[in-house]
Amino acid sequence: MTATTPATKTTSSSGLYRLSEEQLMLRDAVRVLADERIAPRAAEIDRTAEFPEDVRQLLATHDILALPFPEQYGGVGTDLLTVCLAIEQISRVCATSGLILAVQELGALPVLIAGSADQKQRWLPDLAAGRTLIAFALTEAEAGSDARAVRTRAVRDGDDYVIDGAKRFISHGSVADLVVVFAATDPSAEKTGRRLSAFVVETDRPGFSVTRLEHKMGIRGSPTAELAFTGLRVPAANLLGEDGDGFGIAMRTFERSRPGIAAQAVGIAQGALEVATRYARDRKQFGRPIGGLQMIQAMLADMDAQTEAARQLLYRACAAIEAGDGDPARWAALCKLVAGDAAMRVTTDAVQVLGGYGYIDEFAVERMMRDAKITQLYEGTQQIQRLVIARSLLRHA
Amino acid sequence: MHIVVLVKPVPDPASGAERLTPDGRLDRAAAPAVVNANDEYALEAALKLVEAHGGEVTLLSMAPPSAPETMRKALAMGAHRGLLVTDDALPGACTLSTTRVLAAALRELQFDLVLAGADTSDGGAGVVPPGVAALLGLPYLSYAARIEPQPDTGTVRVHRIAPTGFDVLEAPMPALVVCTQALGEPRYPSLKGIMAARSKELGSRALADVGVSPQEASGAAATTKVVGTSTPAPRPPTRVIREPAAEAARQLVAFMAERRLI
Repeated sequence: MTATTPATKTTSSSGLYRLSEEQLMLRDAVRVLADERIAPRAAEIDRTAEFPEDVRQLLATHDILALPFPEQYGGVGTDLLTVCLAIEQISRVCATSGLILAVQELGALPVLIAGSADQKQRWLPDLAAGRTLIAFALTEAEAGSDARAVRTRAVRDGDDYVIDGAKRFISHGSVADLVVVFAATDPSAEKTGRRLSAFVVETDRPGFSVTRLEHKMGIRGSPTAELAFTGLRVPAANLLGEDGDGFGIAMRTFERSRPGIAAQAVGIAQGALEVATRYARDRKQFGRPIGGLQMIQAMLADMDAQTEAARQLLYRACAAIEAGDGDPARWAALCKLVAGDAAMRVTTDAVQVLGGYGYIDEFAVERMMRDAKITQLYEGTQQIQRLVIARSLLRHA
Repeated sequence: MHIVVLVKPVPDPASGAERLTPDGRLDRAAAPAVVNANDEYALEAALKLVEAHGGEVTLLSMAPPSAPETMRKALAMGAHRGLLVTDDALPGACTLSTTRVLAAALRELQFDLVLAGADTSDGGAGVVPPGVAALLGLPYLSYAARIEPQPDTGTVRVHRIAPTGFDVLEAPMPALVVCTQALGEPRYPSLKGIMAARSKELGSRALADVGVSPQEASGAAATTKVVGTSTPAPRPPTRVIREPAAEAARQLVAFMAERRLI
């Protein structure tokens, strides 16, 4: 092993990958930390629905939040696949905790993609160290899948922009120090893709408020906030890219953030498969372990096959996106679509394998089933993923 | 302050796959290798000492050629470099050979302290550290629960675990200290530590490089041999008394009286 070994071994034309020694070590280190330090907290995080500040500190201390950031800003400087390996391992035991890394990456991507050198120097070191958290605020009550319909306005006023409006379903919106806010700077732009601009907003600015926290079915420890901006003044130095770049920045962000959600989904599915398999081995009915029954065996085999298929597609997609191989938006949508559906099916079947015990909170699978649902919804519903895939197909036909 | 930590790759006890080959040697292919757990406590103590006093930590191991993979994990915890003595003549070597090899390798290293784990989870002999100290003429401070270097006087003070509490020992440096788990839990490697470990120096030496002949240390020169193993009979299940104190005491006395223990 030498320092010049690439993090991921890919051949760009065929998109084949295999995990490097370094990736395996990083993955295993995160797995140990997840098993020993995060898993014992998962049930309580779900029950109390409180943001696990201790887990955030743990992820910061062990450089896990530093994974998506370049070394020059204090990051670990790994590739997309390695970030996904970490999200997968954490989500295997606690989807809320896995989301801490996924959201940090989601929020930071607009800065990484479109930020100037000054902006990166200003915000990324604290984000990489986990001293600050960042959220991504695109969705509004009336602008979900139709992101172009954003009504939040940003109006230039001298050296500042003044932002008015509201955002909904913003992960970490109430705990973040920075929020990337997408606001219309030119609502009447001829090209609807040029209506929005992206701003990094410090949440301690006057005019920023958290107006509501949602009560959710799953990922209950991850605060999902409604945000209001009232005459919120930000310097033009906080604008990412140019006026009108916002929609493009958001779409390029999703090309790299959706695999993170796919990784969360694969992790949840893997966690549920492991619980169900152990239960099938230990639970005795009709005088023998239920794992000896073919109907249970078939369910476990299908769960394993679906999880592994989703995982392989995810890793392949990460390698392709990193290598600029093909249409990255399509790869991102493919892996999230397949992984989200796999997580939902596998966790539902895990509850079935456990029977009545799966429906109560003595075992983790009911939590995993509730957590799995969100992976079919956020960062684009499964329907939006299909739309992206189909458009890519037809464009290249 | 320069500290050398003796580390040994051992079969992972958590794998449940530790076993011997038919000729009584450790079957290294049977289970994945990890750093001996007691050595991790010694490494943690070393890292804390250099964090407090400055300096560097060097790992030293005598092990098969596959050891660097395991040693990288110890480097990821924060050790600065590693040195592995490996040689085709060494498989099957006994603790005396190991002691001679490690002592010879240490003669070429600069150090103020050598830290070692109390024993290993595979061999369990616990004789290598005192042997190394004896061969090198180093002060030997065992079962340390606390290690306090005194830079002003060039000495080290150790709290040694004793039946009645602690013995406080002080010796001039360089010295060899055997560490216990009372020194504190080993840290998890950070991800940056793992990345950095890839480019850390991990040297390799053969027997001849450290000036040891195969007559002094090798599998062929082994002074001990495993002639047989047996698994102890399983102990009867533990009886736990969960009663209020008075009733618990009554049952405990009855239990012991029944067996004529009191």
